[in-house]
Amino acid sequence: MIVGQQKKAEEIIKMLGEDWDSLLIAGCGTCVTVSLAGGEREVEALANLLKIYYGKKGKKVTISTDTVTRQCDFEFIDDIGEKIEDHDVILSLACGVGVQHLVERHPQKVVFPGLNTSFYGATTGVGEWAERCVGCGECILDRFGGVCPVARCSKSLLNGPCGGAQDGKCEVDDDIDCGWELIYNRLKDLNLLESLLVFEDPKDWQHYRDGGPRKLINKEYYNE
Amino acid sequence: MSEPMSLLQKKLEAGHFVVCSELGPPIGANVDFIKKKARKLVGYVDGVNVTDNQTAIVRMSSIVAAHFAREEGLEMIIQATTRDRNRIGLQSDILGASSLGLNNVLCLTGDHQSFGMDPGSKNVFDLDSVQLIRAVHNMVHKGVLLNGKEMKVPPKMFIGAAANPFGDPFEMQMMKVEKKIEAGAQFIQTQAIYNLDKFEYWMEEVRKRGIHEKAYIMAGILPAKSVKALRMMKTDVAGMDVPDSLIERMEKCEDPEEEGVKVAIEIIERVRKIEGIRGIHLMPVGWEKITPEIIERAGLYPRPEVE
Ligand code: SF4
Ligand code: SF4
Repeated sequence: MIVGQQKKAEEIIKMLGEDWDSLLIAGCGTCVTVSLAGGEREVEALANLLKIYYGKKGKKVTISTDTVTRQCDFEFIDDIGEKIEDHDVILSLACGVGVQHLVERHPQKVVFPGLNTSFYGATTGVGEWAERCVGCGECILDRFGGVCPVARCSKSLLNGPCGGAQDGKCEVDDDIDCGWELIYNRLKDLNLLESLLVFEDPKDWQHYRDGGPRKLINKEYYNE
Repeated sequence: MSEPMSLLQKKLEAGHFVVCSELGPPIGANVDFIKKKARKLVGYVDGVNVTDNQTAIVRMSSIVAAHFAREEGLEMIIQATTRDRNRIGLQSDILGASSLGLNNVLCLTGDHQSFGMDPGSKNVFDLDSVQLIRAVHNMVHKGVLLNGKEMKVPPKMFIGAAANPFGDPFEMQMMKVEKKIEAGAQFIQTQAIYNLDKFEYWMEEVRKRGIHEKAYIMAGILPAKSVKALRMMKTDVAGMDVPDSLIERMEKCEDPEEEGVKVAIEIIERVRKIEGIRGIHLMPVGWEKITPEIIERAGLYPRPEVE
């Protein structure tokens, strides 16, 4: 899923400015609900906080809330289409995709991002998420025991580790597991260590961001 | 065997025990700084590495600094890290370096930018060190670029790689060395050695795998002038192994600089005896002026001449 983190209240307040009377905080019920950043609960909490803030400041505002299943589908955005039109500004607590999709559906509206979209990750503990994939567009997990060298090695090395790991931790930070140590342990368990000697060709980064913004069409379903 | 690409390669092929050293380019555009440092090394070394934005700190480019040092009469080894340049930039630099008469290259991944003063910079890592070695090998020995384009005049490069005998896990690090040689590395410069027992064990494994017969291995020597420097290396430098006994020895001694020189010489004497070690690589970070003294006192002066 996409993991996000809510921006600090001060940043949100500064971003919103003064030029509005009504605000809709729009949550998203999928990924960022799981990462406890932009679901219904967070939307309500943020609304309360902002109401108190503007109340103390003596600014008369209307703050409404709503959370849709997914902001990355027009189908769900349209569930609150009227509500969106009824407010001066929208603060979206979806990931960056959701924010932009709202903008696309409501081109006349000012939409602010309330989250920092962080990465694609998994839940690794209570209140903890960790990056596992960068969406390189050409998956090579098959050759690395199911541990991604692109996302989990700080240097995206494909032919083995750098010399910097210490006690299984990456040279960048003691909090980061060395991705190559994980690959090594996994291949060892699978009795596949010899595969580490196979030369891995330079990656074709065209399938990643380096080929420009990506788009995908499934011909079976696509109708022009 | 094809023609040697450089003087350094010639010396190694002639069977000489070689001495390499290192020169860190300035943070600034000061040419005199390099020339002065270079002149002090003339006659004492068979090759001088010029670091490539080491520890991710902006410095004068390795190739340009190497060019100025070469003008003073030194044989140079440029360094190329994949952190800052993609395959286009790296191959272009190899062509440029060769055309300037810089014919040795050490291919590295490079320290992560978080070590330097620009942790917010974007890194490249389009290639890793093994892929870079293969790319340079194909440029030099097959006359083709990574994209398959043929060159009328290919570059000349003696290709080197780094190895860390103290990196973990041991077996995976060893496999990476094998991979680098398989990709085309002709010489290896190791991480600085303080833990000799561990290094000897590593060399045993190197010989078992026949690595020493496929590449010239130079042992990394880093003379430390203070106990503070040693401690710093132990804690802050990625992949270093500094035994506590050495730190204690430096603490107890009366003249740390003299002790640092002695330690370096002792390490040189021990690694010279190890089968498969074909030279040393001195890295006196921030203490470059000590290089000639260590080389003289280790009995490695004068350096051999080759035709
Ligand atoms: S190889 Fe690419 S697609 Fe597969 S997990 Fe890694 S980043 Fe994701
Ligand atoms: S320490 Fe491990 S994860 Fe970190 S850059 Fe080196 S190989 Fe990659």
